[in-house]
Amino acid sequence: MLSIRVAGFLLAAFAGCALAEGNTMDEIARYRQMLQDGNPAELLIARGEELWKTPRGAKNASLEKCDLGLGPGVIKGAYARLPRYFADADQVLDFEGRLVWCMVTLQGLKRQDVVKNPFSGTGQRQTDIEAITTFVVDQSRGDKIDIPQEHPKEKAAFERGKYLFYMRGGPYDFSCSTCHGHDNQRIRLQDLPNFEKTQAAQRAFGQWPAYRVSQGALRTMQWRINDCFRQQRFPEPVFVSQATIDLITYLGVKANGGTMDSPSIKR
Amino acid sequence: MSAAPTEEETLTVIRAGFQDRGIAKVDRLNQNDLQATCSKFHNDPPQDVRERLQKAAAATIKYPADGKWLGDFKQGERIAQTGVGLQWTDNANTPSGGNCYACHQVSKEEIAYGNIGPSLYNYGKVRGNSDETLRYTWSKIWNTHAYNACSQMPRFGDAGILTEAQIKDVMALLLDPQSPVNK
Repeated sequence: MLSIRVAGFLLAAFAGCALAEGNTMDEIARYRQMLQDGNPAELLIARGEELWKTPRGAKNASLEKCDLGLGPGVIKGAYARLPRYFADADQVLDFEGRLVWCMVTLQGLKRQDVVKNPFSGTGQRQTDIEAITTFVVDQSRGDKIDIPQEHPKEKAAFERGKYLFYMRGGPYDFSCSTCHGHDNQRIRLQDLPNFEKTQAAQRAFGQWPAYRVSQGALRTMQWRINDCFRQQRFPEPVFVSQATIDLITYLGVKANGGTMDSPSIKR
Repeated sequence: MSAAPTEEETLTVIRAGFQDRGIAKVDRLNQNDLQATCSKFHNDPPQDVRERLQKAAAATIKYPADGKWLGDFKQGERIAQTGVGLQWTDNANTPSGGNCYACHQVSKEEIAYGNIGPSLYNYGKVRGNSDETLRYTWSKIWNTHAYNACSQMPRFGDAGILTEAQIKDVMALLLDPQSPVNK
């Protein structure tokens, strides 16, 4: 944690003064390297594991029989293969969508309670969904991203996701592609991955969920999508709605062949 | 095998996937002709479509009622720095920023600038401030699609993001000889 605070101070220090641009980019690269030294997401993994194994809900069941696509209870490598089609739900689901499905179906929790506040606010305790997601995604670290495109509903999800990626709307006329459709683009000093390019898509997709130092919190892929649409000036995407899952399917398929490196740590 | 989803099926799923929050209502998903056409062609429409969109955009431009083009460049700098406005986390009464630095280099002092748009450093110094330059620059800020059909830049005037007074301040930032942009 100490190294993170020092790095945060360093960023604040050099952002405030006028260094030459080349020098600044070097400093940012150094800051990002320093961040990799200690990842607070590790603390959340233990809590997520406990939540996974603890019986809860009206059915007093744990999540240990939850089928993430590789069979009931198989966690290793599961995140790297989501979203996918689930016959029991007759739907393509991303990890967070599948988690909600398991919490409702296996544990007997009420859906409206589970989806009510999926993302922790500033300074708040991380939500159960965030903790469990961290635990599960960590079990795919180093695995190849391999989002299936065999079932017709998986293909349809990709096509709808692609449509949404290019859909310009709202008062700013933005789409996802405004920021994520060109090489070497930046907003301010933030690099923007180009999802048209395999390598950039692979690196970006493989790093989410991520611990955000500036927010002091682990953020999931559903959060990432939500906060992009906020800045895009769109209405708010509904948590684990089909539209969000479709978009994540599109991004994930573009990243196929890449390597999961999550939870990563970001500015 | 089911066929690929139709546009109507896709839009139904998309509309069901969003909700009103604060000032950001679901009617923002209803695309105007410019948005729908640029989306359909992935921002690279054929020439005839390009010309149609540019002509329609040019017709939206409203020039300053009092004939004065330039406001206060110091206010312009604040507008260029500010990124708030029209998000669901923003208040309807807070004036929007222009967030120019998100995409453009503007003054030399600010090093945290994006590169989606071209550098605007020395904008006025290079172009001078003839009537033609003033009209052109105003038009680009008001509705840039008059010149580039599927540009990524927001329609700051046409979409009501900035007020006429704010646009004058941004104009001054770009064109006033005393502005840091032209130093």
